[in-house]
Amino acid sequence: MGISIAKPGILTTVQDLGRIGLAASGINRSGVMDRVAVRLLNALLGNEEHSAVLEMHFPAAEIVFEAKTVCVVGGADFSPVLNGRPISNWKVFVANKGDVLKFKGRKLGSWCYLAVSGGFKVPQWHGSSSTNLVAHCGGHEGRALIKGDRIAVHTNRKSAGTIGKSLAHDILPCYSTNPIIRLIESGETRQLSKETLKQMTATTFTVSIEADRMGYRLSGTPIATKKSFELLTSAATFGTVQLLPDGQLVILMADHQTSGGYPRVGAVIEVDLPQLAQASPGNQLTFEFVTVEEAEFAFEKFERDLRILKTAIGGLSS
Amino acid sequence: MKHRIFTLSESSATIELGSKIDPDVNRHAIGIAQFLSDHPFPGFIEAVPAYSSVTVLFDLMEVRDVANASAHEFVSARLEEASRMAIYIEPDHTKEIEIPFTVGKECSLDLGVVAAEKGISEQEVIEIFISRPYRVYMLGFLPGFAYMGGVDERISVARKASPRLKVPAGSVAIAGSQAGIYSLPSPGGWQILGRTDVDLFSPTKKVPCLFSPGDTVRFVLK
Repeated sequence: MGISIAKPGILTTVQDLGRIGLAASGINRSGVMDRVAVRLLNALLGNEEHSAVLEMHFPAAEIVFEAKTVCVVGGADFSPVLNGRPISNWKVFVANKGDVLKFKGRKLGSWCYLAVSGGFKVPQWHGSSSTNLVAHCGGHEGRALIKGDRIAVHTNRKSAGTIGKSLAHDILPCYSTNPIIRLIESGETRQLSKETLKQMTATTFTVSIEADRMGYRLSGTPIATKKSFELLTSAATFGTVQLLPDGQLVILMADHQTSGGYPRVGAVIEVDLPQLAQASPGNQLTFEFVTVEEAEFAFEKFERDLRILKTAIGGLSS
Repeated sequence: MKHRIFTLSESSATIELGSKIDPDVNRHAIGIAQFLSDHPFPGFIEAVPAYSSVTVLFDLMEVRDVANASAHEFVSARLEEASRMAIYIEPDHTKEIEIPFTVGKECSLDLGVVAAEKGISEQEVIEIFISRPYRVYMLGFLPGFAYMGGVDERISVARKASPRLKVPAGSVAIAGSQAGIYSLPSPGGWQILGRTDVDLFSPTKKVPCLFSPGDTVRFVLK
């Protein structure tokens, strides 16, 4: 039972929601770039939250199914085809033994996910299946997948009832090539002048070519600050917006270092991380500050919706 | 300096205790992290001590389920409490670790640069470097990378203007008043004095990293 990799794609890794509790040792969380997509896909299959998926960048992998598998593709739209026939994102399908899944072209987004009933089965490292590419640990042999790799799959009988089901548009993340990304204040936001903050929200930033699992560097009119910052190294998280000495911004992503020393001028709110993660080099984004309360409410709303979805799927599969 | 608490993200908050590398402030930070780990609130994930701050990571939904106020207010109150409770408690489990290292042409890539900049001999740089113990203030940057402080001003130099693309694992390096050892091969800009073959990061061990915040490191020549 499992899949094999006929063509590896540019960066295909096994990931789950990440490895928590080791930041104090300098070991970062890793995990998928688009948590919302993966939580929805696993919920749709009746899987556990932390079930491992394949994360693919474009050009994506070519995957051969070694047994009948209930699965679903989502996140970025890479025009998936099964044995040459187009399939839909966010809709559960059955792949039979020998079926080939390919991705014909990138339509929207940067990270596409294949979730399978039961999740992919790799040795757990510190409680997670995520690949830590810096430490070369976790996932499949601590590295990106290569041609010939075979990944086993756990079994989950609950998924049978979900075949053909798809997610309603209302719960899906709204990916865009020019998203508005909501921020809350972070460590040094209040030390910026009103003019600087105004500039941050009035400027359109372009996602630069330096955008990977560690961070997205943006380019825009350099942000001028009157004061210079001398900060001691301290913790950073997924979504921390750092202001670099040259006036440009970099946003830390899933494989970020656990600590940093640049001013933290904002934090991308959890529910907007998918829109940011799915932005590609050349896409333009703007920022809008919201309160912590608004961020917490937005997060709670998504969690409520997800609970409803899980209950509904539980009803289908029992 | 009075401490301040801020949201790092909606599911993490930081208490900042000062803006200098100071062993007493760092001891307080480590104490806060330990207090929170020993008395976890619902939704607590991890407390990460740094030089002069502690960041607490939490599950926003679990905290919101128990908090009457916003999650951020609830967690801020826990940080205030931990800060008060931890001030006089010495952190447990700190250890003294000896790090034997080699000096030589192959591995002391920047020893000449440091000696030239400070106008002393290479041998003097090493003698000054090993003459005192170093406190592990925090881990970060790479798995198992310890930020140590207290490098003598006589050998203190800025980091390289342009970082090396690949610093070999085990490189013992300094930057300003900080010392560190590259636990894995990595890009890096610190000035490299020598190399150790002690494993700082052992992925198969239950505790994968050799150093913990609060440890004392003594460098000895091999």
